[in-house]
Amino acid sequence: MSFSKIKFDKKIKLSFWIILIALIIAAPSLLPVFRLNLLGRYLSLSIVALGVDLIWGYTGLLSLGQGIFFALGGYCAAMYLQITSSSEFPNNIPEFFALYGVEKLPFFWEPFRSPVFTFFAIWIIPALVAGLIGFLVFRNRIKGVYFSILTQASLLVFFNFFNGQQKLINGTNGLKTDVTQLFGQMVGSESMQRIFFWVTAILVIASWFFAKWVVKGRFGNILIGIRDDEPRVRFTGYNPVIFKTIIFSIAGGLAGISGALYTVQSGIVSPQFMTVPFSIEMVIWVAVGGRGTLLGAILGAVFINYAKSLVSEALPASWMFIQGGLFILVVTALPEGVLGWIQGDGPRNLLQRFGLKRKIETYPSLEVNNKEGNNE
Amino acid sequence: MELLLDSLFNGVAIGSVLLVAALGLAIVFGLMGVINLAHGELMMLGAYTTYVTQLIFKLPILRPFYDSYIIVSIFLAFIVSGVVGILLEKTIIRKLYGSPLETLLATWGVSLILQQFVRSVPLAYGTGLVISLLIGLFLPTSFPSKIKESINFKYFKFSSWIFAALTGVLTGSIISSSVSKLSRASARNVDVTAPSWMRGQVEIIGTAFPKTRLMIIVITLISVIAITVFLNQSAWGMRIRAVTQNRQMSDCLGISTEKVDIITFGIGSGLAGVAGVAVSLLGSVGPNVGGNYIVGCFMVVVLGGVGNLLGTVLASFGIGIMTDLIGAGRLLSIWPDMPLPLSNTINFFATTSMARVMIFALIVIFLQFKPTGLFPQKGRMVEN
Repeated sequence: MSFSKIKFDKKIKLSFWIILIALIIAAPSLLPVFRLNLLGRYLSLSIVALGVDLIWGYTGLLSLGQGIFFALGGYCAAMYLQITSSSEFPNNIPEFFALYGVEKLPFFWEPFRSPVFTFFAIWIIPALVAGLIGFLVFRNRIKGVYFSILTQASLLVFFNFFNGQQKLINGTNGLKTDVTQLFGQMVGSESMQRIFFWVTAILVIASWFFAKWVVKGRFGNILIGIRDDEPRVRFTGYNPVIFKTIIFSIAGGLAGISGALYTVQSGIVSPQFMTVPFSIEMVIWVAVGGRGTLLGAILGAVFINYAKSLVSEALPASWMFIQGGLFILVVTALPEGVLGWIQGDGPRNLLQRFGLKRKIETYPSLEVNNKEGNNE
Repeated sequence: MELLLDSLFNGVAIGSVLLVAALGLAIVFGLMGVINLAHGELMMLGAYTTYVTQLIFKLPILRPFYDSYIIVSIFLAFIVSGVVGILLEKTIIRKLYGSPLETLLATWGVSLILQQFVRSVPLAYGTGLVISLLIGLFLPTSFPSKIKESINFKYFKFSSWIFAALTGVLTGSIISSSVSKLSRASARNVDVTAPSWMRGQVEIIGTAFPKTRLMIIVITLISVIAITVFLNQSAWGMRIRAVTQNRQMSDCLGISTEKVDIITFGIGSGLAGVAGVAVSLLGSVGPNVGGNYIVGCFMVVVLGGVGNLLGTVLASFGIGIMTDLIGAGRLLSIWPDMPLPLSNTINFFATTSMARVMIFALIVIFLQFKPTGLFPQKGRMVEN
């Protein structure tokens, strides 16, 4: 019985993957360029959502500052693109510097001449920044709401910094990437965008597997332990600070990759990536998809953003109401998210309500204990 | 000396806006552990209340009393934001008690809805809605218990909500027909003009201070004193303090924690409304006005520690004075001949936005030494 079930599952899985890969390969020819570009962007956003799921869904750290790392990744990519395509401009530096009378490249731009450095910088710099912020916060056992507020404050710090420094990184205007060149091709061109779409799709799958690997085994168990009862984890002899810092910087690195992919597909990186609403939106993607279910984060990011673009095209004013309602609804009525509801007791409870399935009796004490475990 | 006084005054003025705004946040956070991300939007409602009051006082009937509209609007703003806050507590926050992160997200949703609400609903009907909420929430409780017992309370509640809705629609249409500025929805920023007695400056010890800022300081002073007296002298204040210290024990001793929650949340939100009045005096009022202050308020709460008004007061004035010192580059004028690298650094941070960067960085450094703020709550729990 069980053997055939496993085989059945395997068949489903295999066909799922075949369909998925076929869709990814065929997508550029199925969708118009505009929609393909949107889909690519949303897929890249799903990588940052995976990071949010790792820290919030598994470790219980609600970060409202993922935009920092997202934008840092984007800036790394954009700086490389700007600097490699700046040969025809005066002083061999990106065009915008001339506006502010800067003649010498600021020192921190120099390493971005190298593609290898940029490749690593895109994920290592955000991860390091995340690790530093995380360590400073976690070391003092600052947690819960305090952590959320501090991440939000750091987000504003970074926003104000990037927004105010015209002479260093073009301030409010941000860095444009769509008119720059990569490997002799315009980044904004159709063929390049198609390649970026495939790269994004592959990276989403890769990060999904990576995240799955992270939460598997003892490391994942400790993360869940920290989420459910941190003092107990500490008393058992683990040091939660290390685990929290590691997972926070992993999430930061994922956010960086996501930001870089998003930047090359949207054509610009600007301090707008570091606004407060955008970072909280990332949380709602995960919340709707289902926290603690990695697939839910991906699906949530893609579907909510798609819905956002559809609704905004039709009724621009109503999206804020819908989004606000989503926040309230998902928190009060559907705390596990859609995927969590499907995987959990949701469908069974629904069927039971209509009398289609027999009720399963559990021990009342089990229910009570579960409830206590979930409280903070 | 004069410069120092000037700087101190500016700092206190910045800090006092923060203080009124953070006061409500701190009380609610201390009591319920709830971070209310919609607090900024409650401030915005207070600011819009000032605007609406101002326009209504321009009507011929109220014209003679125009100069006093700002005083009236303080009370109205308190009531409007308080009512919205109470509704918020009754419908959403109560369900999420014990899960602060979820509350945070839900209140963010509320803040989005409130922002879009003032953009797309005419202010006249918004006023009507608030009035009907006020009646609907308080009419059923204001009757003597004898009447309540004689009629089925459910019908009673229902009928008073119907009455409330009718009154709301009526007042909404009256306002919208008499004040044309309020009858159309607009996302544009509006301006509150201070009454004539509040314009201009006052000279104290040779330095000129703008009167609006002095007014804000006075508002702050009164709110802080009122809250302190309320918390320390009244019976409900004592209950609030008791629940803040130990919720379960207070519950066991017969304090209705549910009522305490509602009252605290109402007062906290009402204070946000009062802060909104102060904000409306400083600049133009728009749907996003709350967002400019909210993170500063959070910083005050984090820095000041939970459940201690003194901490909140010190933290907000500290942040206010530091903002002014750094942001206006006053350190240089106080100490003109400091070494070059230091003065360069200070010049680098001498804008409002960079001052914020500096202050948040300083707060994070401060929290390295005192993670629970200036005045932490003492206790022996593993988690606090």
